[in-house]
Amino acid sequence: MSAHETRGSTGAGLKWVGRAIRRLEDPALVTGQGHFTADLAATHWVRFVRSPNAAGKIESIKAPDGALVITAADLTSVKKITPMLHKFNYRPVAQSILADGVVRYVGEAIAAVVASSEEDAEDTADLVEVNISESAPLVDARDALAPGAPQIHAEAPGNVILKGEIKTAGFDDVWASAAKIVRIDARSHRQNATPMEARAAHAAYDKASGRVTLTCTTQMPHLMRTAIADLLGMRESDLRVIAPDVGGGFGQKMSLCAEYVLLVWLACKLKSSVAWTEDRRENLIASFHSRDQYITLEGAFDANAKLIALRADVVSNVGAYSCFPTTSGVEPLMAMAEMPGPYDVQQYQCLARGVLTNTCTMAAYRGVSRPIITFTLERLMDKAAKAFALDPVDIRRRNLIDKFPYTSATGLIYDEATYRQTLEMAVHEIDLPAFRAQQKEARKQGHYLGIGFATFSERTGYGSPAFAARGMAITPGWETVHVSVDPSGFVEARIGSSPHGQGLRTTLAQIIADELGIPPDLIKVVHGDTDTAPYGWGTFASRSLVISGGATLIAARKVRAKLIKIASHMLEAAESDIVLEDGQAKIAGTDRSVTVAAMAREIYTQTHRFKGELEPGLSESGTYDPPGTFSNACHVAIVQLDPETGFVKVERYLVAEDAGRIINPMIADGQVHGGIAQGIGNALLEEIVYDYDGGVLTANLADYMPPTAHEMPHVELHHMETPSTQSITKAKGLGEGGTIGAPAAVLNAINDALTPFNVEIDIIPATPQRIRAALRKAEQAAKKTA
Amino acid sequence: MKPAPFVRHVPRTLQQALAILSQVAGQDGRILAGGQSLVPIMAFRLAKPAHLVDINEVAGLDRLASDGKVLSIGARVRHAAFHAPVADNRLAALLTYVARHIAHYPIRMRGTFCGSLAHADPASEWCLTAATLDATMIAMSQRGTREIAAKDFFEGIMATALAEDELLAEVRLPLLASDAKFGFYEFNRRAGDFAMAAALVTYRIVGGKIAEARVGVGGAESAPRRISEAEAALNGRTPDDTAFHAAAEAASDTVDPLEDHQTDAAYRRDLVRAVVRRALEHSCA
Repeated sequence: MSAHETRGSTGAGLKWVGRAIRRLEDPALVTGQGHFTADLAATHWVRFVRSPNAAGKIESIKAPDGALVITAADLTSVKKITPMLHKFNYRPVAQSILADGVVRYVGEAIAAVVASSEEDAEDTADLVEVNISESAPLVDARDALAPGAPQIHAEAPGNVILKGEIKTAGFDDVWASAAKIVRIDARSHRQNATPMEARAAHAAYDKASGRVTLTCTTQMPHLMRTAIADLLGMRESDLRVIAPDVGGGFGQKMSLCAEYVLLVWLACKLKSSVAWTEDRRENLIASFHSRDQYITLEGAFDANAKLIALRADVVSNVGAYSCFPTTSGVEPLMAMAEMPGPYDVQQYQCLARGVLTNTCTMAAYRGVSRPIITFTLERLMDKAAKAFALDPVDIRRRNLIDKFPYTSATGLIYDEATYRQTLEMAVHEIDLPAFRAQQKEARKQGHYLGIGFATFSERTGYGSPAFAARGMAITPGWETVHVSVDPSGFVEARIGSSPHGQGLRTTLAQIIADELGIPPDLIKVVHGDTDTAPYGWGTFASRSLVISGGATLIAARKVRAKLIKIASHMLEAAESDIVLEDGQAKIAGTDRSVTVAAMAREIYTQTHRFKGELEPGLSESGTYDPPGTFSNACHVAIVQLDPETGFVKVERYLVAEDAGRIINPMIADGQVHGGIAQGIGNALLEEIVYDYDGGVLTANLADYMPPTAHEMPHVELHHMETPSTQSITKAKGLGEGGTIGAPAAVLNAINDALTPFNVEIDIIPATPQRIRAALRKAEQAAKKTA
Repeated sequence: MKPAPFVRHVPRTLQQALAILSQVAGQDGRILAGGQSLVPIMAFRLAKPAHLVDINEVAGLDRLASDGKVLSIGARVRHAAFHAPVADNRLAALLTYVARHIAHYPIRMRGTFCGSLAHADPASEWCLTAATLDATMIAMSQRGTREIAAKDFFEGIMATALAEDELLAEVRLPLLASDAKFGFYEFNRRAGDFAMAAALVTYRIVGGKIAEARVGVGGAESAPRRISEAEAALNGRTPDDTAFHAAAEAASDTVDPLEDHQTDAAYRRDLVRAVVRRALEHSCA
């Protein structure tokens, strides 16, 4: 392995990259000066009437006299949302903006009530009478797969919207040669990303220009523009989409929601402004869900406990419709492609199905499938360790990838990473022998401690080819950045990414600062407005720092090259003698210099002096579309389990991670902390529960339980930096790792704590009730035997 | 999440409050005190009262006093009043210990003791306290004043013996003996959440044996109550693990468990067993 860097070189001396400078976006946010969608005043407000039934035919909709109530009948000119995938037996299904004759899940929007205030809209919505003739819903994916199950969409026979299959050549022979086959039947229950700010949109028609401005809480403003313009038959130039400050997205805000389409349609119809702010109940029942999967995973091991083949059956409950742009392939196909994780295994078979049900539509949520497949695979490795009487650490040592580049059984190319080194680092820092002694002692006192390891890879910053491999009709891979210096010397970067908490205004400024030799607080990163930002795909999939960061670096290097040329003219010195630092171009070894501001002024206002050798102005563009790079980490959880109540407390949490070059360590740590909080929520607390009728039992934050500060352990972070060769900034993404690793580490720790009871649990969330049920079963079996 | 339209009345005197309540009772008029339960359910439109009688300006209802026998708690007394002991009595120590388990700090600053009882959530810490200690409820209306014993007051999930036009003006809790022991334990999944089961116990030690045992269980049934089978398993016994386990088993066997998506009957019994034993252990700590 090559030397790990804490700080490398991009050509200029790195003064800003690698420093934990404070976030430039924070002063406004923490002093209440942020701009959020719901802050905007509107002439009209919308309240959606949502289906109380999970399945049925709409017999009638009766609006109160005088009320403006929009239904599907008003929207005949609007196309249906029909996401497309050109592979994996994908069956396109269509979603009307408002339910058109049929309802398919509780919470589906049936009508939009328009009134002059939010309160009036809600009062009127209460008076809309909807008559639905109910039919029996399908809530569980396995029920939807059963022969003879009702068809949720005629276009998808058997309720299978897509089916991915893979089997490597020679699989059967290797499988047959196994010394041991280890199996896990894992269940991940449904979750909601639960951003602090739920969905909101404000659409305003401008009578002068005929344009509509849609301000909405989204992760991808340009794609919203493209999609909505397509559906409404508008020119894209007539629609401006603004993502102002966005209070968290986590993937939930990277899909097109029908509600936003309706708002734009209404703004055009009313020639006015119209707004909608989703409430928490709507967000929990009718925004996007995720993580509802069954995975059966079997590992074939040779006599040395080396994994030689892996076989997976993934059943992903994708809900009632397909999400745009990723389609409902996002979870099952991610599971299929990345199941082998950080382990060296060349034989692989997988069947991954997306199954339609009468539940809220599934879409991306931080980690997308990987929290589930990592939990499943890491449980499998612990089970295998048990089967071979090995320590969980030993079995990982025998199987982790350590030769790079590594091509996986699914054809993914892993760039250099530190799977083994982070494992060893974590084992060392946690002091495993000391823990085992403590655990033994605690058990004597009736306290049950457990330790769980999770090693994993995190594919990040992947460009267009990765999406093309899925057969997506839209391949949101590349990014463009415009870096310009205005005549006063002020630097602005306009980016197509759309950060909403990731700190890109700071990290991209750090990258530019090092290229141009000016401090980051003099650099403004502009995003989130289709009128001012270059077309781009937004922020999701741990991509922005890698891809937008790469595009930023490319553009900044061009600006740097031009500044050096300008300086060469102005200082009458060779380009090779010019250095950029402290906001100036200097001739190395002399006291002669010129400020960036003076150079900028010159190139705009005194162009003739450059004798036609330089174009006027100081504005450059960079585009980047990388192949993708793998971050990696080892997470360790230590839990205490109360066998009488089933309660689990995370006592200690340690991470050894490697995300390549770290641009801003404070921001990187924040990403890991936040991800772990959501991962612990996934592991222990958060679950959308449907009843048999398809009603949601967890429609508020007392019943749907994200962890609070009280439930969060202190997180100890340890870092390695393996600069990526697949990313020009050498940075890898790390937005999802915390979420990916935590369920696996916590579940392995719970199962370690349960060892004396001879009980295992392979369900997330591992709720106290589920843990007690498993223990009670064992207690009753023990009684019977006695 | 905007409440349905309602009229808010702000009386200044108890007589005004009762007069308005009697007028609006028939139109689902409700008392608004701290609003920490009522306002959220109004926001969800699970409750749509046409009138709210806001008692926050009513003089005298903030009375919190002990006469040497009982502690009287007026309708405007907030949970936070109990953050520190309110009297020189074991009861005050008990209330202080229990109070810190109620929801979160901002909720304790607004929510009221009597409001909690009138709302009658099965998981309420104060309802459990009132049931365990046999509180007396003072219900007032224009028709007059009556006393209701705790065992007759709680009728089920969010259901009480209060008539529509009655205000729970005061609750009286009997003071505890100076040698009284108490213990409390509640189980929830996150700090500040509703208890999935809770137990409050009090007793004295007479001649080395448990006497006058009270074992209250909340959050497990439709209303909190004393579990006489568990009390019987304690009275006359030495306060030790054997007695505590027996009481916990008795409570677990006796309850008629409420079920919900995170708590089936078997699990609720497990929790009752655990909370009763831990409350008893806490009483010795």
